[in-house]
Amino acid sequence: MTDSKYFTTTKKGEIFELKAELNSDKKEKKKEAVKKVIASMTVGKDVSALFPDVVNCMQTDNLELKKLVYLYLMNYAKSQPDMAIMAVNTFVKDCEDPNPLIRALAVRTMGCIRVDKITEYLCEPLRKCLKDEDPYVRKTAAVCVAKLHDINAQLVEDQGFLDTLKDLISDSNPMVVANAVAALSEIAESHPSSNLLDLNPQSINKLLTALNECTEWGQIFILDCLANYMPKDDREAQSICERVTPRLSHANSAVVLSAVKVLMKFMEMLSKDLDYYGTLLKKLAPPLVTLLSAEPELQYVALRNINLIVQKRPEILKHEMKVFFVKYNDPIYVKLEKLDIMIRLASQANIAQVLAELKEYATEVDVDFVRKAVRAIGRCAIKVEQSAERCVSTLLDLIQTKVNYVVQEAIVVIKDIFRKYPNKYESVIATLCENLDSLDEPEARAAMIWIVGEYAERIDNADELLESFLEGFHDESTQVQLQLLTAIVKLFLKKPTETQELVQQVLSLATQDSDNPDLRDRGYIYWRLLSTDPVAAKEVVLAEKPLISEETDLIEPTLLDELICYIGTLASVYHKPPTAFVEGSRGIVHKSLPPRTGSSESAESPDAAPSGAPPSEQAAVIPTQGDLLGDLLNLDLGPPVSGPPVATSSVQMGAVDLLGGGLDSLLRSDVGGSPAMGGPGFTAPSAVMPANLGPPPSGGLGDLFDLAGGVGALSGSHVAPKTVWLPAMKAKGLEISGTFSRQVGAISMDLLLTNKALQVMSDFAIQFNRNSFGLAPAAPLQIHAPLAPNQTVEISLPLNTVGSVMKMDPLNNLQVAVKNNIDVFYFSTLYPLHILFVEDGKMERQMFLATWKDIPNENEAQFQIKDCPLSADAVSSKLQGSNIFTVAKRNVEGQDMLYQSLKLTNGIWVLAELRIQPGSPSFTLSLKCRAPEVSQYVYQAYETILKN
Amino acid sequence: MAILFSRIKLLHYRVLLGRQSVSSTWTPLGSTMIHSLFLINSSGDIFLEKHWKSVVSRSVCDYFFEAQERATEAENVPPVIPTPHHYLLNVYRHKIFFVAVIQTEVPPLFVIEFLHRVVDTFQDYFGVCSEVVIKDNVVVVYEVLEEMLDNGFPLATESNILKELIKPPTILRTVVNTITGSTNVGDQLPTGQLSVVPWRRTGVKYTNNEAYFDVIEEIDAIIDKSGSTITAEIQGVIDACVKLTGMPDLTLSFMNPRLLDDVSFHPCVRFKRWESERILSFIPPDGNFRLLSYHVSAQNLVAIPVYVKHNISFRDSSSLGRFEITVGPKQTMGKTVEGVMVTSQMPKGVLNMSLTPSQGMHTFDPVTKLLSWDVGKINPQKLPSLKGTMSLQAGTSKPDENPTINLQFKIQQLAISGLKVNRLDMYGEKYKPFKGIKYMTKAGKFQVRT
Repeated sequence: MTDSKYFTTTKKGEIFELKAELNSDKKEKKKEAVKKVIASMTVGKDVSALFPDVVNCMQTDNLELKKLVYLYLMNYAKSQPDMAIMAVNTFVKDCEDPNPLIRALAVRTMGCIRVDKITEYLCEPLRKCLKDEDPYVRKTAAVCVAKLHDINAQLVEDQGFLDTLKDLISDSNPMVVANAVAALSEIAESHPSSNLLDLNPQSINKLLTALNECTEWGQIFILDCLANYMPKDDREAQSICERVTPRLSHANSAVVLSAVKVLMKFMEMLSKDLDYYGTLLKKLAPPLVTLLSAEPELQYVALRNINLIVQKRPEILKHEMKVFFVKYNDPIYVKLEKLDIMIRLASQANIAQVLAELKEYATEVDVDFVRKAVRAIGRCAIKVEQSAERCVSTLLDLIQTKVNYVVQEAIVVIKDIFRKYPNKYESVIATLCENLDSLDEPEARAAMIWIVGEYAERIDNADELLESFLEGFHDESTQVQLQLLTAIVKLFLKKPTETQELVQQVLSLATQDSDNPDLRDRGYIYWRLLSTDPVAAKEVVLAEKPLISEETDLIEPTLLDELICYIGTLASVYHKPPTAFVEGSRGIVHKSLPPRTGSSESAESPDAAPSGAPPSEQAAVIPTQGDLLGDLLNLDLGPPVSGPPVATSSVQMGAVDLLGGGLDSLLRSDVGGSPAMGGPGFTAPSAVMPANLGPPPSGGLGDLFDLAGGVGALSGSHVAPKTVWLPAMKAKGLEISGTFSRQVGAISMDLLLTNKALQVMSDFAIQFNRNSFGLAPAAPLQIHAPLAPNQTVEISLPLNTVGSVMKMDPLNNLQVAVKNNIDVFYFSTLYPLHILFVEDGKMERQMFLATWKDIPNENEAQFQIKDCPLSADAVSSKLQGSNIFTVAKRNVEGQDMLYQSLKLTNGIWVLAELRIQPGSPSFTLSLKCRAPEVSQYVYQAYETILKN
Repeated sequence: MAILFSRIKLLHYRVLLGRQSVSSTWTPLGSTMIHSLFLINSSGDIFLEKHWKSVVSRSVCDYFFEAQERATEAENVPPVIPTPHHYLLNVYRHKIFFVAVIQTEVPPLFVIEFLHRVVDTFQDYFGVCSEVVIKDNVVVVYEVLEEMLDNGFPLATESNILKELIKPPTILRTVVNTITGSTNVGDQLPTGQLSVVPWRRTGVKYTNNEAYFDVIEEIDAIIDKSGSTITAEIQGVIDACVKLTGMPDLTLSFMNPRLLDDVSFHPCVRFKRWESERILSFIPPDGNFRLLSYHVSAQNLVAIPVYVKHNISFRDSSSLGRFEITVGPKQTMGKTVEGVMVTSQMPKGVLNMSLTPSQGMHTFDPVTKLLSWDVGKINPQKLPSLKGTMSLQAGTSKPDENPTINLQFKIQQLAISGLKVNRLDMYGEKYKPFKGIKYMTKAGKFQVRT
């Protein structure tokens, strides 16, 4: 008799039948019925209609039945909150049961029921259970606090559960400690600012003690928690390391990796001269190697992490090359990772072995893997100079196999080798040329053309070869076209006499018959260069190329350091900080390795406007703020080209004189070649580019308020004219300008989107980062038709204030992401606070007086509003238009005093006293508010409204 | 700061994960480690789902199916799959995909280890882990899963403890339960759950007290064409079956403990004692458990117990090829090599093979091109061989990939690393237990390139 019987049902009314059975008098029948219900649940059937009947079975002394009912409740309570209340009494009763198993079960289940009404009843039982005599109950209750916090954080704080939880860290039972740590870290993640896990040497000591005794899962929580601690000196770091190292021998790979994280992080604090440092390095290798003998899924995660570790501390695994050799039945995802690490570990000492392996892999069946193996040979050649010759001959062997994709891949990497070691291996060109016809992939064709152009003087029939490509010029992909253009110009400069016709032909093809702007621009530039000053042309086109970097695909050091802090997490699998893919509270806390703390702090906060400066609504394109996002975006652009800047200054000057702004497009459009090279053609170091890109984005914006026209309509609050938020050059041709408005209670963001690119844009979407007042789009960005080049669309995006809240600096900073079919762009802008002033912001006089007195004087801020020649009444009516209400007006000693109130969308009241001296254009504004940080922005709003 | 429209752009992992960019917006929900679990069979049916928090629609598995489709074989499905709102972490065991749904940044190894533990528990409970068995025991499965995880925190993953909470089904118990109406849910708090030795329950009683230890070594090796070793390593484990009354305290010592420089212990082993004396001292769990696993790395010389002589020749523009392999013992310390099995994936160009083995059975599947030869025991006096011809596709050039030969074998009474147990002592209890040690060497991933 098996459980599969629970799945068999009669055709007519399964639910009906179950209902009858659930209400049966016989215990046994009831239990069977509940089992049937659970069985249906496991296969995703909706049995929520049975809720009242199942809940009726709850009051039983049969533990199994009780458990089953609890299982059901957890699944469906959310959808039937009113019904769930029926269960509360039983829960509360069960929390008092003499059997600890039942007490724990009840408190655990209650915590899983995410219904507000239930949580109220949960507090008392939970408080008792947190202090229960039985550790099993305490440990369950600790987790329950985390659950409750997730449902209602405020409640948990008010009830003081957090303190009880903190006390549990000192519990006598290690399991309780582990769960308390887990719960606290979970809560701390959603409240990064709160100092919940107050780590100090004493609590660390407790954790380390518990580490030895609790379960494997608890050890992971504790280790992850330890990793966030900042030891005060190297001695403390060492003593923690000493106590963590035994975890490296744990059978659970997650424990091992978490321990590796702690050690990698704290090692940073140890002096390299220390004996212990060397010991630690030695201890790290074996566990990492052992991870590779685990199941493939574990191996994959381990390999991704080892990839980081090898970049940070190559010495740990330098002797372990062989464990990364690929077995032919490894899953493909393991193979590719192993290959990557092999190249990172390749050195002069082991290169022979590595090459032999790579050659072996190049004859495997899996195409992706073979390609990567061939590329790896090229990377070895570039990395280990001594091996270059052997690599080249290996590649030649592979070309002889005539396997199409192997040949193409080999040619692409040989081109890189030529770049790295010029004038050394040109003897192989003949062999390469034999394979010309078989190349059908753009990258390989472009590489081959580059080679022919670069060594045109040594290839007798270079002109014939290039000419053969020219026949199908318009069918080629852009990178091949660009490459062909450059190659023929090179050829012409080297052998001008025989190739004049050819160069004419390619220039006309590129400039007249092509609709690709990059190609046209490049064609014109060459044309003009050649016709005005062939000597300059020679210097530009045949300039010495910058060296290519030895190590490719390296993770940028600051990112690497951050990722080291995330060893063992998803971030380490994706090699991106969690901020890049988890939009959660965690995002705010950047982790950093110990010695770097100071610098990373300051880098995090977005550039705040210098204090005292006039408020200007400047749009800041986020990458310029030098924060992590910028790094990330740069990262996508491929590895930077290392080496000295290109060309001599005279060449650069000449080029600029001759061509003006056109040169940058020539430089930029150099897309051919692998990212390792940064383009085989004419490559400029990236630093040169910005200079050619015109004024910096923020420079041309000017002061918004100077531009203001007669906008401020009476129907709503003042609306500033649109300013450019995202300049086209920062967003691949998409220019966004906009402003904020508030009309009869509705906030909207009025946008002007202009397509300044040459391709059609579509699929627009917008999103805001969490901000101080929870501003969020109330509807998706509705742009129905695709945006054609040079077309502009005006759109008003309704906003609400129910989004997630996170305090920004400055307070009214709003970070926006806009997506289209081309890319995702980020910018930030400052919104005027008055869009948040609500319509019912008028306070009663009495109330006003009482509140004014009630707010402490420290909260009062005074500002001067200059050059505003308005009368008190005009001021009053003007402000009222923007929901700043005059509560009372008095005349004291010839001065007009306006008492005003306003309310923000989040319910914060701001009280104001405006003193107007007749005849003087200056006003004095005193603001009182319980949240004094808004005062400055309210003042800005006053300024803006009054002066427009 | 949080990034919106975060793009998981996997540059060179494109091949792997296929989906080049997933624009995903994550809502900061509570950080339940594992949100839900789906069990999916190889034909793509979700046959069980378990949610530890709110119900996640099973449509989330569509992303998994997409990845599954892209991967040529089930084994190649990437273990981490991003979707717009979740991550799917999966393991493939016993022809079942165990897909965990997670919503926040969690250690993936944690999840994968947990999934493995789920598989082990099922196997432990039901003898085998298969779709049929899981469906047959769906309620027990559900109860066990609930017991294993609370709010994403693993609760009880030791099978010792689980079995006390929820008794595994036996035919007898099912019958008894039906008659008496008793349940298979324990109503006592598991004794081991909170003691200092959480892995052992109290009050264990046996009439025959016995402790068996199996030292099992798997040898992973890659041998090149000429027969020399490219890499070889040994993965060893000591599996124990301990049925001892009371709270026995055991020590196990080795003749040559220095071999064990890279070890992972069961939590019961006292690490300090090992560090200082190189002795394994522990209070064992009751029943079967893995005491220790170890790794003898490539740097130490690893003895290779067998060799393969091969002569496989394809010729250009000929429709016939020659095939000959011979298997022989190498460093076996006089022990017999048995259970030998040779498999090889032949190149696509091989249409058929006509072979004669000197012993054992062989098959060649012309569709999958898989050659397998069940050799059996190796008699050193008369080495087994497999000879014959291959018919090749006419007119094509010779295949560019060479077949790799995979070898399986077993050697009883030998730990190839040379590891030897010195003695086993018991303290804390008065009786005299029966003790036994067994050694075995097996091939792990043992590959010979040709």
